[in-house]
Amino acid sequence: MTTTDTAWIDAALTSARPQAVGALLRYFRDLDTAEEAFQNACLRAMKTWPQNGPPRDAAAWLIMVGRNVAIDEVRRNRKQQPLPEDDQSISDLDDAEEEIAERLDGSHYRDDILRLLFICCHPDLPATQQIALALRIVSGLTVKQIARAFLVSEAAMEQRITRAKARVADADVPFEAPGAVERSERLVAVAAMIYLIFNEGYSASGDTAEIRKPLCEEAIRLARLLLRLFQSEPEIMGLMALLLLQHARSEARFDADGGLILLDDQDRTLWNQKMIAEGLALIDKAMRHRRSGPYQIQAAVAALHARAATPEETDWKQIDLLYGALELIQPSPVVTLNRAVAVSKVRGAEAALEMIEPLAPRLANYFHFFGVRGAFLMQLGRNDEARVAFDRAIALANTSAEAAHIRMHLDRLMRDSQKPGAKAGK
Amino acid sequence: MLYAILCYHDEDFVGSWTKEQDAAVMKKLSVVQDKLAKQGRLGPVARLLPTTAATTLRKDDPPLVLDGPYAETKEQLLGFYVIDCKNLDEALEVAKDLGAANPGGAYEIRPVGVFAPGSRPA
Repeated sequence: MTTTDTAWIDAALTSARPQAVGALLRYFRDLDTAEEAFQNACLRAMKTWPQNGPPRDAAAWLIMVGRNVAIDEVRRNRKQQPLPEDDQSISDLDDAEEEIAERLDGSHYRDDILRLLFICCHPDLPATQQIALALRIVSGLTVKQIARAFLVSEAAMEQRITRAKARVADADVPFEAPGAVERSERLVAVAAMIYLIFNEGYSASGDTAEIRKPLCEEAIRLARLLLRLFQSEPEIMGLMALLLLQHARSEARFDADGGLILLDDQDRTLWNQKMIAEGLALIDKAMRHRRSGPYQIQAAVAALHARAATPEETDWKQIDLLYGALELIQPSPVVTLNRAVAVSKVRGAEAALEMIEPLAPRLANYFHFFGVRGAFLMQLGRNDEARVAFDRAIALANTSAEAAHIRMHLDRLMRDSQKPGAKAGK
Repeated sequence: MLYAILCYHDEDFVGSWTKEQDAAVMKKLSVVQDKLAKQGRLGPVARLLPTTAATTLRKDDPPLVLDGPYAETKEQLLGFYVIDCKNLDEALEVAKDLGAANPGGAYEIRPVGVFAPGSRPA
């Protein structure tokens, strides 16, 4: 790799960012101040690191320098305003300065980063704002980069992030180290947000998949960060494995025209074996804890797909069982719908169709429900009903790729019905 | 004399390489490796999966399995094994057997991502 002078600095700053901003937030208790302090520290780093070489602990360096610069600034302001109205903030900072001498130990860092992530998933924030905020604050992506990934204008994204920050500022997240229960609650919320970031990238259509791919990569990076902080949490291992195993298929998911290629039809040689190997290793690790959870189960399903060299080798029976377990701990019509796909392979389309009929009222506006229903009906040779289901699916499609995929089924139905003596059910 | 060359780097940094950057580094390395291989001097080469996939076995009595890489600095790397196992449980069984034969210290169990057996005659 050609490591230009700044490439290693950029990489070091990016990887130190969550830790440094998290610690600065703990000191200043204000997101904007923390971010600004980090920015200033980065500017200094870019000046001094090329000459002096990288510090041994980049994050600690950035925290120290960020704090000093911010404290200097307050001092300067104090000189300019001889009678400060609010000397409370200044005495707070004096305390903070003393703290600089304190050893920066690992357990602090862990809660700092978790807090930083947790602030972004405030329940008042809609999912899209949570994601945008996390990408801006924790990952340090620019507003422009985030806007591009979300396919909105920079101005709109700027506004979205500003609004989210304002709401977070009012939210009053406590800064003391959290207790065990609170810590695990935060962990659950943060894991869900990381999964949201991933899905935002993963649910892209073919024409935007490349642009949105960084969202998937960023989610994996954040999951890895979280797993490093909480090394013995099987659900975080499961989350990381799930993301890796799904992302491993990204090169095989779309054809040259951006059309969606379903799992059964994907060229499996395009799957990223390195990611699969890591995902499988993580599931192995998680299973040893014998504490199952939704991410682990979904990762186990993804693992069974990853292990099958051809679609025929897929262990659908096991997938059926896994979705059955997921239904128990996290009942949802979407999980049942997924299970029905496995059931159709094990016990046939008739049984699968029977299983999803009761879901109709709750999934009346869900694209995949009608896509799956249409496919079952088509397998049973009930082509007229299949056509109705597919039409509905197209009307509900979220992306052009989804619509195009269903249209392909419709075309096949059309061809079959025109063929003289066409056999139903083929 | 056989020498082992142990590779250390910042895994966040290496992990942030794009596929193309990674491939470019591997290609450059393979030039050096190929030269050694032709001379029959290259032993096994392995690239390990990230430390998030690591498990550590403390060789206490009873042995203690910990998630994550080996993190102590007061002990030194003295050797390594490469073993073919079905899964982590099997690898841990092997590590426990070895640990029983030589208690004290720890084993870090890391899945191997890329493995080349090398050209040196056994």
